[in-house]
Amino acid sequence: MKINIPADLLDQIQAHGENTYPYEGAGLMLGQEENDKRTVESLLFLENAREKDIQHNRYLITAEDMLLGEKEAARLSSSILGIFHSHPDLPNNPSEYDREFAIPWYSYLITSVNNAKAAGSRCWRLEDDRESFSEEIIQINSNRQK
Amino acid sequence: MPTLKIPTPLRPYAEGQSTLTLPGEVVEEILEGAVETYPLLKKHLFNDEGKLRPFVNLFLGEENVNQLEGLKTPLSDGDTLLIIPSIAGG
Repeated sequence: MKINIPADLLDQIQAHGENTYPYEGAGLMLGQEENDKRTVESLLFLENAREKDIQHNRYLITAEDMLLGEKEAARLSSSILGIFHSHPDLPNNPSEYDREFAIPWYSYLITSVNNAKAAGSRCWRLEDDRESFSEEIIQINSNRQK
Repeated sequence: MPTLKIPTPLRPYAEGQSTLTLPGEVVEEILEGAVETYPLLKKHLFNDEGKLRPFVNLFLGEENVNQLEGLKTPLSDGDTLLIIPSIAGG
């Protein structure tokens, strides 16, 4: 499994994680999917709707924001491919809480942010049995595909 | 009959269908019809206790059915019900 992300969009995701530090930041990746090949074309930065006192290790994207994302994806003739979020001062692999609430098919891109500096991103997909994640290789494109 | 729109992540469990047209007078009946037709959908919509998973939300047009009558919200012919997940993690 691979997900193609233009370098500038990955930079924006990591900058968002730095800007929301020490809280988790999150948003949606929109783009195209064909024969399991995914290409991110745009991002939607969203508010972490969790209570402020637990935003350091929890995030929530509300159904209303997901509906907004679906409309934006339809406007762009694309799909919601997945979700990005940050892990302040924690590794960029999924937590047990991530697994418990994850939805199959979506790509979950996690950026580790240590002391307000992005320290790398990895991407994951939940297995159909909901028991574990598999890593999806991030392929960084220097030029956007038109 | 009302229509149920399936979000992209759940389409593999509904044989790739994006839209299902199902008989039913309330939201609950539409969901029951959907999982009866496509049993693989069940574990992604309902937990082991048979309750709707917390991240599964249903919208009738722009309105979350939780703001209406929940699973008992009445539906009319031609209504479109959308399954919209909310996303949580840590």
